[in-house]
Amino acid sequence: MPDLGLEVLWKGKNFVRLLGGLWVALRISLIAAGISVAAGIILGILASRKHSVSSVILRIWLGIIHIMPQMVLLFLMYFGTTRAFGWNLSGETAAVIVFSLWGTAEMGDLVRGAVSSIPAIQRESAEALGLQPVQVYRWIILPQAVRRLIPLSINLITRMIKTTSLVTLIGVVEILKVAQQIIEANRKASPNAAFGVYLTIFVMYYLACRLLSLAAKRLEKHWR
Amino acid sequence: MKTVRNIVALVIALVLTLSLVAVASADTVFRTLDEIKASGTINIGVFSDKNPFGYVDENGEYQGYDVYFARRIGEDLGVTVNYVSTEAANRVEYLETGKVDIVLANFTVTPERAEKVDFALPYMNVALGVVSPDSRVIRDLSEITADDQVIVISGTTAEDYLIKNNPEITLQKYDTYANAKNALENGNAVAWANDNTEVIAFALQNEGYTVGIPSLGSQDTIAPAVSKGNETLLTWINDEIKALAAENFFHKDYEATLVDTYGLDYEDSLVLEGGGLAE
Repeated sequence: MPDLGLEVLWKGKNFVRLLGGLWVALRISLIAAGISVAAGIILGILASRKHSVSSVILRIWLGIIHIMPQMVLLFLMYFGTTRAFGWNLSGETAAVIVFSLWGTAEMGDLVRGAVSSIPAIQRESAEALGLQPVQVYRWIILPQAVRRLIPLSINLITRMIKTTSLVTLIGVVEILKVAQQIIEANRKASPNAAFGVYLTIFVMYYLACRLLSLAAKRLEKHWR
Repeated sequence: MKTVRNIVALVIALVLTLSLVAVASADTVFRTLDEIKASGTINIGVFSDKNPFGYVDENGEYQGYDVYFARRIGEDLGVTVNYVSTEAANRVEYLETGKVDIVLANFTVTPERAEKVDFALPYMNVALGVVSPDSRVIRDLSEITADDQVIVISGTTAEDYLIKNNPEITLQKYDTYANAKNALENGNAVAWANDNTEVIAFALQNEGYTVGIPSLGSQDTIAPAVSKGNETLLTWINDEIKALAAENFFHKDYEATLVDTYGLDYEDSLVLEGGGLAE
């Protein structure tokens, strides 16, 4: 077996530090994902009405998020808000806000699509039965739309987890940064550590994303 | 429709960005010496993946030449040091927004940077160097052909120097030291230009690489930096550096942190005591 420098993982607290880094990455993306799903559903429902103000807002919001690299958004949120308004957001808060802005826009668009894809006859039938608009959404539209949404939102959340590697640029030490710190601190003692450490975080990222999609599959079956 | 939407979005994004920049630098962002002392904590920006200047050991503790000095600053100020992990590309930004009080991250003094931050007295000498694989050692920049690429790290003096003096060279830019090292090891480019300390250390530690150009450009210095206009902190650091010369502090620092990497041969040429004024 080639020398992967895996011994660095057992030095001191290195492995725990890596897990800590993974937790930071997961914490940021899962909190942001939670906010995005909640806010995205509301925004998406509002925007599913054609020619409404909210649909214009969503389109502009999406446009901004799509053309701005996440890194620029992170810099603006972390350093820009300090310059402009004197806010002193922590790196992690800034990251959660940026990821939520991104996630809400994308979730909003997904929800809008899913809600619009429910045939109009369903809404009309529900209304004919005397349901109030809120009831129509709660009992007829959303249960169907949400099921279609699960695979798409898991895709978004796993993309978020992977994008957390950028937050090191605003001073948040997450898994990839910890990995680089470990590799760098052991340059001399274990020159091959890069292979072993990157392999390890590959497995960690994989397991985290895999668990999420398994949970999503369960949920999907449960709601079927 | 799509283009209209994109244009609208672009305009809004630009306006947002500009408004953020325009309001910038209205107030003082930094903390004065007294405010730092009163708070009991000083925020010092250091590298966390740049052995042996600033790195994190296996117990999660910050170590290195810069950190050794940072720790001393904390002791002499009587405050706890909060280390902030910085990258080469965001060091100036950290000071401009006052998110750290001092940057001690192998920060080379340049006129461009001095317009944005205030440098204290230097504590180390540095020039640029170029390292390349033994299979094709680059001994002069003229050996680099149009097909070759040279690795640099964004925001470093090496990047500025090559853009200004050798615009014909194609650069391959990376955001972190770790990525740049990986790229050279993977053979993505013919050479890597960086501070000579960095490339000397790299060649000593990695078989198969030679520093073909050990000294490129002018001799520069490395110094602590504080937010522009933070006079009280700047004066304190300068006095501290002068006072530390009496005990040969930076030689001790070198022997504690750098000697394994550079050997004793480079000690006197790299270390500066008392800002280079006292000796």
